Amino acid sequence: MSRGLPTSGSIRRRLTLQLVGSAAFLASLLFVIVLSFTRDVSQQTHDSILAASATSIMDSVSVRSGEVSVDIPYAALSMLGNVSNDRVFYRIAQDDSVLTGYADLPLPDGAPPRGQPRFDTLHYKGDSIRMVTLARRVSLNGQVSDVVISVAQTREGQAAQLAELTRNALQLGLGFFMIAAFLAIWAAQSSIRPLAELAEAVSRRGPKDLRPVRRPVPSEMIPLVTSLNRFIERLRVSLSRSEDFIAEAAHRVRTPLATVRTQAEITLRRVERDENRASLREMIRAIDESSRAAGQLLDHAMVTFRTDSLLREEVDLGALSRELLNRLRPIAELKDIALHSDLPQTPPLSGDPILIQNAVRNLLDNAIKYAPSESDIQVILRKEGAELRLSIIDEAGGFPSGDTNALTARFARGANAEGTIGSGLGLTIAREVVEAHGGRLTIAPSQATSGPPAASPRREGSCVSLCFPMS
Amino acid sequence: MRFLVFSNVLTAALRVFSLFCLAVILGGPAQAFEIEDQRRFGPAAGAAGADVLRVLSTTDTDLLAPLIESFLRSRPTVVVDYVTVSSSELMRAVVEDDAAFDLAVSSALDLQTKLANDGYTRAHSPAGRLRIPDWAVWRDHVFAFSQEPASIVLSPAAFEGLEMPRSRQALMSLLRRYPNRFRGRIGTYDVETSGLGYLFATQDLRTSESFWRMMEIFGSLDLRLYCCSGEMIEAVARGELAIAYNVLGSYARARVDLADRIEIVDPQDYTNMMLRTAVVLKGADRPDLAGAFIDHLLRAAWGNQRDPAYPFPRYATAETSPTAALRPIQMGPGLLVFLDRLKRARFLEEWRSTVLQK
Repeated sequence: MSRGLPTSGSIRRRLTLQLVGSAAFLASLLFVIVLSFTRDVSQQTHDSILAASATSIMDSVSVRSGEVSVDIPYAALSMLGNVSNDRVFYRIAQDDSVLTGYADLPLPDGAPPRGQPRFDTLHYKGDSIRMVTLARRVSLNGQVSDVVISVAQTREGQAAQLAELTRNALQLGLGFFMIAAFLAIWAAQSSIRPLAELAEAVSRRGPKDLRPVRRPVPSEMIPLVTSLNRFIERLRVSLSRSEDFIAEAAHRVRTPLATVRTQAEITLRRVERDENRASLREMIRAIDESSRAAGQLLDHAMVTFRTDSLLREEVDLGALSRELLNRLRPIAELKDIALHSDLPQTPPLSGDPILIQNAVRNLLDNAIKYAPSESDIQVILRKEGAELRLSIIDEAGGFPSGDTNALTARFARGANAEGTIGSGLGLTIAREVVEAHGGRLTIAPSQATSGPPAASPRREGSCVSLCFPMS
Repeated sequence: MRFLVFSNVLTAALRVFSLFCLAVILGGPAQAFEIEDQRRFGPAAGAAGADVLRVLSTTDTDLLAPLIESFLRSRPTVVVDYVTVSSSELMRAVVEDDAAFDLAVSSALDLQTKLANDGYTRAHSPAGRLRIPDWAVWRDHVFAFSQEPASIVLSPAAFEGLEMPRSRQALMSLLRRYPNRFRGRIGTYDVETSGLGYLFATQDLRTSESFWRMMEIFGSLDLRLYCCSGEMIEAVARGELAIAYNVLGSYARARVDLADRIEIVDPQDYTNMMLRTAVVLKGADRPDLAGAFIDHLLRAAWGNQRDPAYPFPRYATAETSPTAALRPIQMGPGLLVFLDRLKRARFLEEWRSTVLQK
């Protein structure tokens, strides 16, 4: 549809990308926030247990007979074992001398905190450890002394817990992103839908359908539809004006032409000399051609007008064809053309009888006009499935190509039409009529068709068929 | 005179030299820790190129021999070098001497835990699906493969006419009522020299409020101290002791020859279950073999099939748990507390003053 038209991207793709992009951004933000929050909570939990352990040891510090004495409660270390399976280290120091525990446990930089626990992440025995340090001032024989207690734990359990938390946060973020992306695609799809529907409705229209668009559209599309309707209206007006003009012109031309032809025939009878008679005959032939062209132009204008508001009544295609054949038989006999018909009784079809008659007449006209003398024309009606097929088979040499579209274009004529009166509108009219009824016109070489065997050996020709759907 | 001095010097030099030779002959690096027993299992002991698994253990060779042999049955090229030491020597061998061993098997759960905590062990993940209770594994480093109760062994003869006490409470009230009958006839571990005795006593202190009261009663009745379960069991069988407290029930039950002369009681209030554990050492040359041997022990201990080579009693999973009467000693950093220098000193001081009443 937009082949050859330059595109400036797709609204839907842009909308989808923007929405999915913002969903991804929000999901990563959520992931980071949840992760840092849970990390903090987990770190705090670990720290508070370490602090509880150190505090319980600190509570057991006492001064007995002038010496600092520590009685580590069993729970002080076993509570750490309940949290995780991590290794536990501790050190109890008085001023600069280690009283008990792991003497080589690294000391945090700076002065030991007083009153509140201090937390550090350090390295010990090849592992990362989290250490709490508590200090308390005691008085020994009137001397002030600092007792510093450190309790540390490796961080494997914490790392495992963090990995678990990260995994959960990642799953949360991913889940959020999936849902948001799905919603984004859905939103983009649904916001683009009215546009797609309008485009489809407009492109589904027949070639002659120039009615304005009346379907409800979103308010953002009102300006577009309004200008589209205005454009359609201008097109319709200008089209009908030109058709009117053609019809008027054809009509105006045809009437004086009839007078001129009559006068020419009268003159022909009076004239004796052969060269004068020949030029008069040439004149009459030219007048016939003009008059026929004018007639077809009128027919075409009429077809165009009537297909705009198609009449629907029951039409007996067989009877209609028979009547037309009878009317055209005298003309055919002048050229020694035999008209054969095979018109069985078929169910009626619903349509405009005048239009259908016009289409069949134009085809028969064509066939008689282009057929050589002493040839056969067959008219066959068949019911094929849900279609009625009326075929007209001639021996006029056939069309050079089977391209129905090219042949039925206005004013197009077959290669063998040289020297024959005609405007090239006959097939166009037939096609427009059959298409207005929802059918189609096909052109094929006549050998391909299976008609009743003709009396004389068949010559090359073509088979033009009108296929009408039965309602 | 001069000659004499020289000969003295010579003698001293010879002595030093012979000592040096002895050290060389005994082979390998000088070992500072004391070995009680050493035995090699497997094909033509010491065959060149054989895979050697070196086990440092506190468990008697004879006790584990069947399990080692069944381990070797499917590994014809493997040699097991089994060295028996005391639990404190085991600790010294690993921590101070950095001795080259692959596996340490010990009944001193606290020391094994300390080894794991201080980074002398490496992790091992047991192969196959074994239903090992959570409390029998610590950090995938320490694996328990036996449960042995700290029992009270009684002499039925000494309790003639009395009801056998089934709990510590009953035992205490009996001792209060008949102090003279049991004076000098109560025995338990000397916690100052026995690591296992210390572990049992500290676990008692942790579990029971009446521990010091009971020690006080024991002390007032001239408590006798022993180094090992075996000696206590034999003393009860001989009739020297009426009561042996905190004796390894597994050893007592193994002495079927004494079965009619001793009565083994697992106290109903609670019974500490000693866990024999195995760890793969950090410096192991063959951690794969060590891990396979641990798996072999675990299969024998916790597998569905009873292994005839398994020398220790097996308990149903519902029977022993940290909340049941039969209480496995809880693994974890809590065990480090009583290993603390100050804590130990303080406990021993109190123990001495209570038990020895000095």
